[in-house]
Amino acid sequence: MRNAERDVIPRMLTQFAAASIVGFARALTGVRAIWVSGGPQAAPTVYFANHRSHGDFVLLWTSLPPDLRPLTRPVAAADYWLSSALRRFIGCGVFRSVLIERRGLIERSGSIERSGARPDRDPIAQMAAVLEAGDSLILFPEGTRNESDEVVLPFKSGLFHLSRRCPHVRFVPVWINNVHRVLPKGAIVPLPIACSVTFGAALAGSADAEPEEKQSFLDRARSALIALRPDYERED
Amino acid sequence: MQPGPPQVSDTVLLFAGIGGILVLASTVAALLRWRLAHGQPHTVIDNLVSRINAWWVMVIAIGLAFIFGKTGVLVLFYLISFYALREFLSLAYTRRADHNAMAAAFFIALPAQYFLIWIEWYGLYSIFIPVYAFLILPILAALGGDTKRFLERTSKVQWGLMICVYCISHVPALLTLNIPGYEGRHLLLIAFLVLVVQGSDVLQYIWGKLMGKRKVAPELSPSKTWEGLIGGVLSATALGAALFWITPFNPWQAALIAFTICLLGFFGGLVMSAIKRDRGVKDWGHMIEGHGGMLDRLDSVIFAAPIFFHVTRYWWTP
Repeated sequence: MRNAERDVIPRMLTQFAAASIVGFARALTGVRAIWVSGGPQAAPTVYFANHRSHGDFVLLWTSLPPDLRPLTRPVAAADYWLSSALRRFIGCGVFRSVLIERRGLIERSGSIERSGARPDRDPIAQMAAVLEAGDSLILFPEGTRNESDEVVLPFKSGLFHLSRRCPHVRFVPVWINNVHRVLPKGAIVPLPIACSVTFGAALAGSADAEPEEKQSFLDRARSALIALRPDYERED
Repeated sequence: MQPGPPQVSDTVLLFAGIGGILVLASTVAALLRWRLAHGQPHTVIDNLVSRINAWWVMVIAIGLAFIFGKTGVLVLFYLISFYALREFLSLAYTRRADHNAMAAAFFIALPAQYFLIWIEWYGLYSIFIPVYAFLILPILAALGGDTKRFLERTSKVQWGLMICVYCISHVPALLTLNIPGYEGRHLLLIAFLVLVVQGSDVLQYIWGKLMGKRKVAPELSPSKTWEGLIGGVLSATALGAALFWITPFNPWQAALIAFTICLLGFFGGLVMSAIKRDRGVKDWGHMIEGHGGMLDRLDSVIFAAPIFFHVTRYWWTP
């Protein structure tokens, strides 16, 4: 079903859409990629980032080198990305999102059956399958957009379970700066605010022989992400 | 036998002179790199080369704008204002409720200011931002309903607009001045302002590197020294006096005006540096990788332009 659908959407159209989205994001935000340690690596990687805007994954994706973009798939909520034809085209066709069912929202979305995303699917298994196939993931471990004054919301446990399941995958924290100011929720006119995307060093494996506790891993990942914040954002 | 119109011949002469100096500077820098650094990376020489290259970019951009006359200059400074405002607001703390005020700054106040200069409506472009935008921006922010750090947030948007749009727009506004006996030569007034103020920055840097010891404002800008300041401003004043032939001023008037705008430029650099330090950044932006942004290059011109405009307007227009 899914493959057949992808063949129907002409490849040229999705490529054109991807190029337009990248070009627009670049022109509007002048986004700058900053690699804190070394450059990008072409190995299966989970990029986990702070989430304050719908533009986040576009900016992160745009900041990757062009050859890594097609191999990097955002993890996104099925109910949101299947709710209209345009979103389906962008979410599934252009970005090849890995669609995850959010519990409690399944009933609201009538289009799930058509998409082939199944409510009974284990999200961790879905993500692990993508990594095992050699692709990378963009993940927002806060689970939802952060509209509070909190720097980063507490992480959901998915990141931990994924790290247990795929111990050899790189987990790279990514701080996305300013995108939420470009087009905040409810705004119509986007502002040409300059944005940057900072890629940190991959999380080190646990030093102990004992398997790491869930909370300890999540705290470590969250601190690594927060540490990437530019100085001028800290006092805000 | 008849030479071209005075503006054309003087402009060509001026650009030929600047071009010659830049070729000389680039050659000297290349020689220094070859003899002193042996082609290896060298902090001071690399910095020198990047400064010379920035001058090439600036001179070529202004030269191209001059070819297209008033339209070219307005388009160039519109773009400069846009990038400056983007740099300024990108570093400022704002909240969701400021979105409409910022959108008004980018998409209404900025084009309106340049349009008013285009139609040469002095009575409105000189008060549009300090009066109308000043009052309307906080109204828009207040309608957002968020009081957290309200005064600070609105002040930053107003300040950004004043610095990046109002002040910068006074460079192209020089074209609207009606100076008797100076008809058709206004572009040279812009060249005078930019050359003297940017030249002063370079001369301060050179004097400071050669003999700088006592710091002027260690908290704000550790690279600025008294020796650099005095040597740079005096030599840039001499440069201004030497350029009197492209202005409506006589040599001592040109010197006095050059001295004034160099001092303003110096203090402009200090003020903008204080803001950067407060925000914990070294540069305003990253237009050219490693060489800062638009505001880093223009901080001195921003503070000099409105005063230069009004001094010239007060004493040289009827």
